[in-house]
Amino acid sequence: MATQSKTTSIKTAGVKTADTQTTTIALRRPGQDTARNTIILGIGLLIALAAPFVLYPVFVMKVLCFALFACAFNLLIGFAGLLSFGHAAFFGGAAYITAHSAKVWGLGPEISILLGMGFSALLGLAFGSLAIRRQGIYFAMITLALSQMVFFMALQLKFTGGEDGIQAVPRGHLFGVIDLSNSLSMYYFVLAVFLIGFAVVWRAVHSPFGQVLKAIRENEPRAVSLGYRTERYKLLAFVLSASLAGLAGGTKALVFQLASLTDVTWQMSGEVVLMTLLGGMGTLLGPVVGAAIVVTLESYLAATSMPVPVVIGAIFVVCVLVFRRGIVGELQARFGRR
Amino acid sequence: MFDLLGVPPQVLFGQLLLGLINGSFYALLSLGLAVIFGMLNVINFAHGALYMIGAFVAWLLLTKLGLGYWWALGLSPLIVGLLGVVLEKTMLSRLYKLDHLYGLLLTFGLALIMEGAFRHFYGVSGQPYPIPDALKGGQNLGFMFLPNYRGWVVVASLVVCFGTWFAIERTRLGAYLRAATENPVLVQAFGINVPVMITATYGFGVALAGLAGVLAAPIYQVSPLMGSNLIIVVFAVVVIGGMGSILGAIVTGLGLGLLEGLTKVFYPEASNIVVFVVMAIVLLIKPAGLFGRER
Repeated sequence: MATQSKTTSIKTAGVKTADTQTTTIALRRPGQDTARNTIILGIGLLIALAAPFVLYPVFVMKVLCFALFACAFNLLIGFAGLLSFGHAAFFGGAAYITAHSAKVWGLGPEISILLGMGFSALLGLAFGSLAIRRQGIYFAMITLALSQMVFFMALQLKFTGGEDGIQAVPRGHLFGVIDLSNSLSMYYFVLAVFLIGFAVVWRAVHSPFGQVLKAIRENEPRAVSLGYRTERYKLLAFVLSASLAGLAGGTKALVFQLASLTDVTWQMSGEVVLMTLLGGMGTLLGPVVGAAIVVTLESYLAATSMPVPVVIGAIFVVCVLVFRRGIVGELQARFGRR
Repeated sequence: MFDLLGVPPQVLFGQLLLGLINGSFYALLSLGLAVIFGMLNVINFAHGALYMIGAFVAWLLLTKLGLGYWWALGLSPLIVGLLGVVLEKTMLSRLYKLDHLYGLLLTFGLALIMEGAFRHFYGVSGQPYPIPDALKGGQNLGFMFLPNYRGWVVVASLVVCFGTWFAIERTRLGAYLRAATENPVLVQAFGINVPVMITATYGFGVALAGLAGVLAAPIYQVSPLMGSNLIIVVFAVVVIGGMGSILGAIVTGLGLGLLEGLTKVFYPEASNIVVFVVMAIVLLIKPAGLFGRER
């Protein structure tokens, strides 16, 4: 399996010569770039460990949740080339399930989050198997429409609490021992969740599976002709992405002790698209940077009288018109490969 | 009075009429989307926002300039169409060489800006728009009461839809348009100015949305959010119908509107999601859409 996919990427690079950067990057990467990556990740980790002593912990937790959400989304758009416009369904849906499990069933935080994640995985399986029947622009519209269905269900079903959402969700004790109502222990729990999620994305991208996804993104008919069942790869990527979005959503529900309609709206789906686009689609750290910027920006704007959607929309337009590589993508392009 | 399946006919036909009206808007909007998509390969996310602007222009014309409904019916689509031409010329036209998804993302951003701006200035509450004097009152059809204005909306949108179908399928200009959809380079080689045609197409598709907005203003209130939820249903309509045929967009729009009306009568809880459920079923049975071609 591993050797097979390696020959694939080499062949692609050879045939296409210089016209696709990504495939050639994949060949050059090992060596000093790995060292550089380790340094960047190490610095990032140190910042993350120190952050709650400098910044407001809930704020950093929010950033981490959205960063994980954006990483999950990026797995689809950045590596498989699938634009999902309905990821809020997984994020918000898992938030509802987690909140309900923790509050009504009285389950522990880790079980509640896992239940939320399981729900998102199943939902992802259902939505994914419908959406991958169409491609490109239709894929985006289908995911958007399906997630709107989840929105209306959240609005009407009893257990979601309609406009009020599920409030005062207890954070509980992690493994029955660690009290998460302490914001510092909650912070390190969220950081751990984020790191696990990020590691999963990293592992997926750097595996033969990830290579096949990239092949599908670059040229699907070619991947099919090489004998890959591309629907299965796309579906698996979709389910993985949905589960991680659910992990982020469930964690967010515990952080804010709230699951609400905001998290399942199409605006939320749009926001995660923006975070990824701004940070850099198809880069590992881009979504994290994008999420940090968007969350920070929103909390600043909330204090002013500026209309948030207008600013968000304007950033969208600017990114699409002149800044398509995103921040991290642009940095990579300026300062060596990655 | 007789009952149909335990439902009073007044209720049934009332909801069916409402469904037909919604269906007319679906048809007008998905028609515009289909025309734009055919020519530009862009899914216009801003369609809902431009529909909202169409309604707001009518309301502003009335309250600021004292120009009534019939003026708005002509001016508002024109203004929205011109806005569309500006957007296409300044922004969309830069993206044609890239992945089509960027067009969707750009128009999504534009929709956020437009809706956010109107929300900022006019709040979320709706502004009432009066029914024009000539269309007040209604007809008693025996089995139901038909308000004149609602009848007018259905007739007007049907006329516009079929007019568009005729213009595209049966006229010389429409033939150029269809040819340019198939192969723009070849059509340009025959001396037809394709870029201008693309701009005009976007302007026209968007003007249809503006027209739908004016028609909707007296029925629904004029509010900044009126377009955003509608556009997602219209996307589902487009997926169900497939964007291959103009007539398909019209028929699907009307049909789903009626279906939604029926659901409101028999199982109101599901009326919000019935279109999405139909979309899922269609995707399972005929992924290309009812009238679509696999591409």
